[in-house]
Parts: sequence; structure tokens; C-alpha cells
Amino acid sequence: MMHTADLIKAFAAHRGDAIVISGRGGRHWVNHSDGVLDLPLGDPAMGGHAGFGLGLALAQPGKKVVLFDSEGDILMSMGQLPTIAEQAPANFYHFILDNEVYATTGGQPVPNAKNVDYAGIAKSSGYPRAMNYADIDAFTRDLPGILAAPGPVFVSCKVFPEVENTPIGQRVRWRTRSAAKVVHDLRGALKV
Amino acid sequence: MTEGTAAALSPETVMRQMKDNGVTDIVWLPDSETNWLYLLMKSDPDLRLIGITREGHGCSIAAGLFAGGRKPMLLIQNTGMLESGDSIRGWLMGLNVPIVLMVGYRGYTRHGVITDTVAHYTERFLMAFDIPFYLVENDGDADRISLAFKDAERTQQPVVVLVGDEFHGFNR
Repeated sequence: MMHTADLIKAFAAHRGDAIVISGRGGRHWVNHSDGVLDLPLGDPAMGGHAGFGLGLALAQPGKKVVLFDSEGDILMSMGQLPTIAEQAPANFYHFILDNEVYATTGGQPVPNAKNVDYAGIAKSSGYPRAMNYADIDAFTRDLPGILAAPGPVFVSCKVFPEVENTPIGQRVRWRTRSAAKVVHDLRGALKV
Repeated sequence: MTEGTAAALSPETVMRQMKDNGVTDIVWLPDSETNWLYLLMKSDPDLRLIGITREGHGCSIAAGLFAGGRKPMLLIQNTGMLESGDSIRGWLMGLNVPIVLMVGYRGYTRHGVITDTVAHYTERFLMAFDIPFYLVENDGDADRISLAFKDAERTQQPVVVLVGDEFHGFNR
């Protein structure tokens, strides 16, 4: 198991000029970067981040698009994986933070939490590259190569759950922009 | 030309509307009326087709395409639109995506005697979500598709075109 903060920190060193959809790693990524190419969208509708990443990668083939998704999102919209594999955007880097639980609702386990091979599912869906990591040293070692090779790539990472039990209305808000503003800012930066 | 085909919405008309309005990507899931349109879309090198496995997935894909500067359109059936409610809310309405959803109106009958429950709920669903919609039944209604694109652009919100031509819509 890895700590999400460590994983995000390792990625930050190699981000370059990639567009980052921080997804389930958002609260950690905001400590590294919160500019117009950072997309903390919150949770517009669970399960949709991968589709958003696909659309953005297809629209901007000259830029790397990196997404920090989750196993809960994948389970909710597994049918997106064949669509991503079919479109095969070479600039799409799809990371999964697999904490085995629904952390924001109190830590209830996702179905069959310890026995699902997400990279195997992605590979079977047609992703040309898919791998699992549970060790930060191995992840950190391999990350430059993962990002240097063409996508789409699916990288499933076992992370410790960061369970929240505070009522949602009392939680600390780390996002500084609405999701609509995030998209508006990105379009401005891309001049589209 | 038979009376039936004269009343149809032809795939060529739909394609022309897409092109006239600058559509770059079709995010779609086939329904029983769209095969001829599919063949036309597939033969157009300037149009990207993105096949999905559940209609709600199309909303976030379209939002990502829009965020990156493309002009997508969603092509789905009303059954799938109902299933997609939260994705329409979160990924399209919430992100201010000006998009047209062309929605096959399964169960629609002009005379109003509806036996398919999905038709019963289709317009009620759209009114509940406060999504504007236009009904298109044949080629003579085609300009309503352009009106939908204009509305979407003006409001920066999704607009629906209901294709009320289940038995020969998009077909020859």
C-alpha cells in the first residue's frame, strides 16, 4: 500500500506541462499546483472522470492528459474502458487510486474489494499498457518510463484509505474554484 | 416516394444539420433508428464517432471534448437519457456545456395514445430538469435542429432535440 500524498508527490516531479485532472487525488495535488492546467473538478457525477479525461485527451492530442481516478469510479462505469481503448488517445495517462473503500462515505468496502484486478480489466478491455503497483519505491522508479511512453496507459495503485466521517457540511473545503470555473479557465488557457 | 418516406426524417438531413452547425464529434449509442445515419457518419472523415456502452458515459466524454475545444453532439435514445440524469446534471449542466442531445423518442405517437412508458416520462423528465427541447418529426422540421444549437450556444447549457419518428426516423 502507498500513501496518496507520496504518490502524488512522486508524480509532481515529472508533471511537465501535462493537464492534470486531479480527481480523487485532488486534495493532495492542490498542495503542488493549482493553476489553469490543473482541473480539480470535484465530483460532478461519480464514475465520469475517465470519460472527461478521454474527451479532453482527444480534443488536445498535443498535450498529455493525466487523470487520478479511483476504483469506485471504475466500478461504477467500467464500460468506459473499452471506449477509451478503442479511441486509444496516445496522450492519456489513467492512474487509479485503489483504496478498496468508499472513503468519503465512511470507509465501506467496494464490492469484492481485495480481489479485483483493475489493470487486468483494463488490459482485457484493450488498453495497450496496464499495470498494478502497491509499493512506492517501485512506482517512483517506473514512473518516468510510464510517462515517457505513449498512452493510453492504465496504472492501478493500491493506496491507504483516507476515510472521512465528518459530516460533509463540516469538512474543510480545499477547492478554490467551481468545476464550471475550472473548465472556463482551461478553455481560456488553451485559447479555444 | 411513398407517404411513409415523405414523412420521414432522412439521415442526410440530420447530417447536413450537424455539418452546418460545426459538429466535430458524435458521442453515441445506437438505437433501432440510427443505422443509416451511422453509415453516413462513418463515411465522413471530418466527423469522429465515439461509441459508448451506457448513455451517461457520453456526458462526461462530451464535457471533456468541449473543455478541449471541440464541438460534440450526443446521439442517444430516450431510455438512455432517463438513465443519464445525474450525468446530464453534473457533467453537462454543471460545467456549462453548450451541447445538443439528439434523442430518439421511443414510444412517441402523434395521436397521443402512448403505450410505452418511456414516452410517457420523456418530456416530463426534460421539464423536471428544465432542459429546453424541440420535437422533430420529419425533414420539414429540420430547422429546429439549428435552433437547438443556437439555444445551446446562447445559454451555455444542453438542449435536446427529440426525434419523434420511431418507425422510419433516420431510415430509408
